[in-house]
Amino acid sequence: MFVKQLSVFVENKFGRISEIINALAENSIDISALSLADTSEFGILRLIVDKPELAVDVLKEEGVIVKLSDVLAIAIDDAPGGLAKALSVLTDANVVIEYMYAFIGKADGKAMTVIRVDDEAKAIDALNKGGVTLLTTDDISAR
Amino acid sequence: MAMWQQEIEAMPREELEKLQSERLCWQVNRMYERVELFRKRMDELGLKPSDIHGIEDLHKLPFSYKQDLRDYYPYGLFAEPMENIVRVHASSGTTGKKIVVGYTRNDLDKWEDCVARMMTAIGLDNKDFVQVAYGYGLFTGGLGAHGGATKIGATVIPISSGNTANQIQTMVDFGSTCLCCTPSYAMYLGEAIEEAGQTDNLKLKAGIFGAEPWTEEMRHAIEEKLRIKAYDIYGLSEIMGPGVSYECSEQCGMHVCEDMFIPEIIDPDTGEVLPAGASGELVFTTITKEGFPLIRYRTRDICSLNYEKCACGRTHVRMNKPQGRSDDMLIIRGVNVFPSQVEEVLLKVGSGITPNYQIVVDRINNNDTFEVNVEMDESMFTDDVKSIERLEKRITEELRSMLGIGAKVRLVNPKSITRSEGKAKRVIDKRKI
Repeated sequence: MFVKQLSVFVENKFGRISEIINALAENSIDISALSLADTSEFGILRLIVDKPELAVDVLKEEGVIVKLSDVLAIAIDDAPGGLAKALSVLTDANVVIEYMYAFIGKADGKAMTVIRVDDEAKAIDALNKGGVTLLTTDDISAR
Repeated sequence: MAMWQQEIEAMPREELEKLQSERLCWQVNRMYERVELFRKRMDELGLKPSDIHGIEDLHKLPFSYKQDLRDYYPYGLFAEPMENIVRVHASSGTTGKKIVVGYTRNDLDKWEDCVARMMTAIGLDNKDFVQVAYGYGLFTGGLGAHGGATKIGATVIPISSGNTANQIQTMVDFGSTCLCCTPSYAMYLGEAIEEAGQTDNLKLKAGIFGAEPWTEEMRHAIEEKLRIKAYDIYGLSEIMGPGVSYECSEQCGMHVCEDMFIPEIIDPDTGEVLPAGASGELVFTTITKEGFPLIRYRTRDICSLNYEKCACGRTHVRMNKPQGRSDDMLIIRGVNVFPSQVEEVLLKVGSGITPNYQIVVDRINNNDTFEVNVEMDESMFTDDVKSIERLEKRITEELRSMLGIGAKVRLVNPKSITRSEGKAKRVIDKRKI
């Protein structure tokens, strides 16, 4: 039902993101989706990867602050109106979206969106009832 | 050259030392009776006031420390009942608690004399207009300069600090001839005046600058920009405030008002008194102070003393600009900052754990910059931009309320702060002072 997401604290310093991504590459960790929330002073890098637990170990080894958490990921039609339909399901159920980011998935004709909401149980229920497909880490990483 | 109190300022040294001896004995006697901590320390050393015959016995007396002011906060070290205290001043101590000092009417009168001596020494009199751009308030700068300027009969312009445009306009319109502020603000004002194209409209001839360290290069730059003579003034609220020592027209060291304050130079590690001319920690004994007297107060400023007679005719010893500190205190924009204060804020914000931190101070365009880098740890990190920003903001606000000056807070990666022998380097001061 959930997808594991890595949240990484990124100090505002030249080359920092590149270091983090390199560490993952060296350990053959595949990144499916990524988003960077930035402020003038720091950033939070959010990642969906194929081996989240390994990724956490690798990054901690690098001296990076990283947290693993559960987020929702949904599959939507990669066509105009696909995302709108899924979001209206959540809006109708009064679920607050804290952040989200989308990426094109490997599954045929589907786009994927990672969503962080205030009330996960309510969101899952609404999405299920609305006929929106929820994905797992394996779904996203499957080749 | 004119003197404010010629008979004292040019007193032959032998006579001056006799006066110091008499006053020292008077002070030791009354403090032994009135100040519990002093009596306790004397007793511990097995000393009685009768063992002190004059300044030759000064070295036997116990030291006093900034920590004492904190331990006896706020009035515990005063030697007069509060009925006789007419003013208090305060400055930040090593932790959140302020240190408080008190003055009797006589103390204020003597303080005014200190500043009046300086103003007279640099050629000011009742025809001058003195713009006091030090902060007024618990800080001794504003009211200290104010009192001295009033005493010589000058026209005081008590504008206080800040609001540069207003400072410039006032300076031009009111015809200020002397400016009192921190050297870095003088520098900043100089540039602003140049930009405003007002340099030719100034009547300034002198500036009295203190409360923070500055260099000879800065002096030259200020003198050039403002087309004045820039004079250094030294003081600390524990002893009196600005005017404990000051430069005369010769600009070759700061005369200590020795009839009120006896300076000594000691080895900060052993406490031994060092021979004349040696560099070490400056220690003061206040021999006329009534309200809040101190014996052998450790200033933590490193400097040396020059007993040669000055070309100006004054016999009072000259100290050079402090060359550093024997503790970790920083002076940032004229404000005393101890790393322990920053630590206290972080302890409070970090709910019991002090995160690793580093203070970075620099001087850019003659303004002090003050950065506090704080190492993030997992307990402080959430997957939420807003809550991290809140944390950053909270640290900034707590620092401002503790120190009274703004700091740029940066959250940095764990273990990114340089360590030597496992210990993080707490302070990086890039200023070349």
